[in-house]
Amino acid sequence: MAQFEKANSLHEWLDQRLAIDTLERVLAKEYWIPKNINFLWAMGMVLAFTFGILLVSGIFLLMYYQPNVKLAFDSVNYTIMREVEFGWLWRHVHAVAASVVFLIIYIHMFTGIYYGSYKKGREMIWISGMLLFVTFSAEAFSGYMLPWGQMSYWAGMVITNLFSVGSLELNGLVEWIRGDYVPGQAFLDRFFMLHVLLLPLAILGLIGLHFGALRIPHVNNQDGEEIDFEAEAAKYKAGNKKEAKVIAFKPDFLSKDMFVLSVFLIFFFYLVFWHYSFAMDPINFDPADPMKTPPHIYPEWYFLWSYEILRPFPKDPGLVAFGIAQVIFFLIPFLDRSPNVAPAVRRGKFNIWFWVMLVDVIVLTVMGKLPPEGIFSTIGLVATVVFFALWISLPFITKNEKAV
Amino acid sequence: MKELKILAVVVFFTLLTYWGVEPYAHSVMHKHVESKDFKYEDLKPLKKRGDAKRGAETFVNAGCTGCHGVQAANIPAPMDPISAAASFGVNPPDLSNAGALYDEKFLAALIKNPAHALKVEHKFTEGRQHPMPGFYGVGGDMEQEVADIVAYLKSISKNIEEITPKMAFEDACGRCHAVHYEKWTQIGEKPKFKHEKDELLFDAKVLDYQDYLTKYMGKLPPDLSMYIRSRGEHYISTFMEDPQALLPGTSMPRVGVNKEAAEKVVEYLQDSGDLKRDERDSVGVIVMFYLFVFAFLAYLWKQSIWKELH
Repeated sequence: MAQFEKANSLHEWLDQRLAIDTLERVLAKEYWIPKNINFLWAMGMVLAFTFGILLVSGIFLLMYYQPNVKLAFDSVNYTIMREVEFGWLWRHVHAVAASVVFLIIYIHMFTGIYYGSYKKGREMIWISGMLLFVTFSAEAFSGYMLPWGQMSYWAGMVITNLFSVGSLELNGLVEWIRGDYVPGQAFLDRFFMLHVLLLPLAILGLIGLHFGALRIPHVNNQDGEEIDFEAEAAKYKAGNKKEAKVIAFKPDFLSKDMFVLSVFLIFFFYLVFWHYSFAMDPINFDPADPMKTPPHIYPEWYFLWSYEILRPFPKDPGLVAFGIAQVIFFLIPFLDRSPNVAPAVRRGKFNIWFWVMLVDVIVLTVMGKLPPEGIFSTIGLVATVVFFALWISLPFITKNEKAV
Repeated sequence: MKELKILAVVVFFTLLTYWGVEPYAHSVMHKHVESKDFKYEDLKPLKKRGDAKRGAETFVNAGCTGCHGVQAANIPAPMDPISAAASFGVNPPDLSNAGALYDEKFLAALIKNPAHALKVEHKFTEGRQHPMPGFYGVGGDMEQEVADIVAYLKSISKNIEEITPKMAFEDACGRCHAVHYEKWTQIGEKPKFKHEKDELLFDAKVLDYQDYLTKYMGKLPPDLSMYIRSRGEHYISTFMEDPQALLPGTSMPRVGVNKEAAEKVVEYLQDSGDLKRDERDSVGVIVMFYLFVFAFLAYLWKQSIWKELH
């Protein structure tokens, strides 16, 4: 057993037992971040904070929510929205954060693609990030079931139906997932469990992995420059902060994060109080009615692009396309064959690829919401074809890219 | 500055996506009907000046009190709500405040030809009659008689300012629509019961009433507790003004409320489905103030740290 001296302060007492000084040094004061960054590098912190908001608001909602098909709708819309003091605030915060978190995830993803932050040792950062995206999607979907409104019920019906996998007609699998022939009590209970326990646990673990994956390859910078972190850190520690190409996580990076976060929070709370209906679909304020299909069934905005990829094709090819679209972003570190880690603007054809991809995903998103008729179907089909053409062309256009 | 340019790009694509999935998509998916300001221009204006005293007599002679109660004039309802619904499909309204709530052109048109004024003629074809018979006069000048009845209804009614949102809703909508967040049922507000048995008996009566109503309307008119969130103020208001414009063929009659009464009905639904709206605004202002101070301090902190770095 180690020798323990009498501690002179609480800090020392804790440090003897938990090595808190060492922890702070390794995780914050001497965790080196490149200096050449812009506000997009704060999106990780914004995401972590938004996840915190979701967790805390979710805990408060959990105290009054009733996972019962007869009570769920009123427990949300009557008990929480009317009876509980500030219940409406927690609910609006939770609903808006669930939507905005995806906006930030998409910005974070496209930032990574633009700066090539998934290459040369950073593959696991990208892959763990994509795993987080998938888990957040499942978390969002399961949470959407809980108010048991019309959209909860019918989205639950449509999405679980996908597991019959078209002509394979795996109806047994669909029933197994639902726990019943149609969404009902068993369905609501298990999605409740997924939403408040299993998926948040998975997210917490994956956030740990995502952060851990950053430590060895380090954070990328605006020019994709390879930095000798040890040499630059030595400059910084010697007091030559102006010349060092790195900054400390605490307090340098953190002070910038906090400012970006504060601007984000102004935007976020403006939405919470005055502009929330994009995140709380009006149709879901009608209680679930198995006898009445809503005229338009569509997912929340962040799933629309992949939903649109499902729609233009017949059943089986549509499902295959949908399945590929769900996993294709995982593969970008391996499909991008160029050794360049640089912003897209310096990468020739890849620059065109990037902006076409961004616009194409937005077009798919908008078409995914519109009814699949006439010109909207055609645009959706073209955008889907462009989406796959871009992925097929990626290895070819990056293979012969000139070194920058 | 480079960061602002990057921010402009992010904001542009965010707003483009937002515009596409919200305002644009909704304009394609949902029919938009503009309010005509509750003027009911398809109905003819009253040609004669009504006399309330004569109207009181005509009102009784025409047989209105055979179905309608008028509490304001101490005329009780001839039947309880359940028996009335059994006979007519829906409980005929008490007319105490009809003069304040409904447009006078609408009242006159309704007296003469209910199905026409209510815009439900499509329901009463092939010999089916609207439960309220049209008025064909009691021997004098019919236009004058109708104007007299309308004048009478206005004379006994409270002023519109004295009518609460709850009263407006109950009168105009509450005999078909329940609002269980406000404890409202089609046969009245559900009281608190001491004994479970009494509560069950009350619930059974509501179910009986709803059965008759369902038979009459084709389906049970929906509970409106959350309609302010699921449909929104504009939809509710224009739907009340002319249901057929938004939902052709619906069995819901035109309600005929005037603009002030329609606003009161909307306010009642806001109290049901969006009770904390004022608190939301006031808390919002405080939170925004806090965040601006926070952002200002965060900016100063960032500047003080980064001036050593550049």
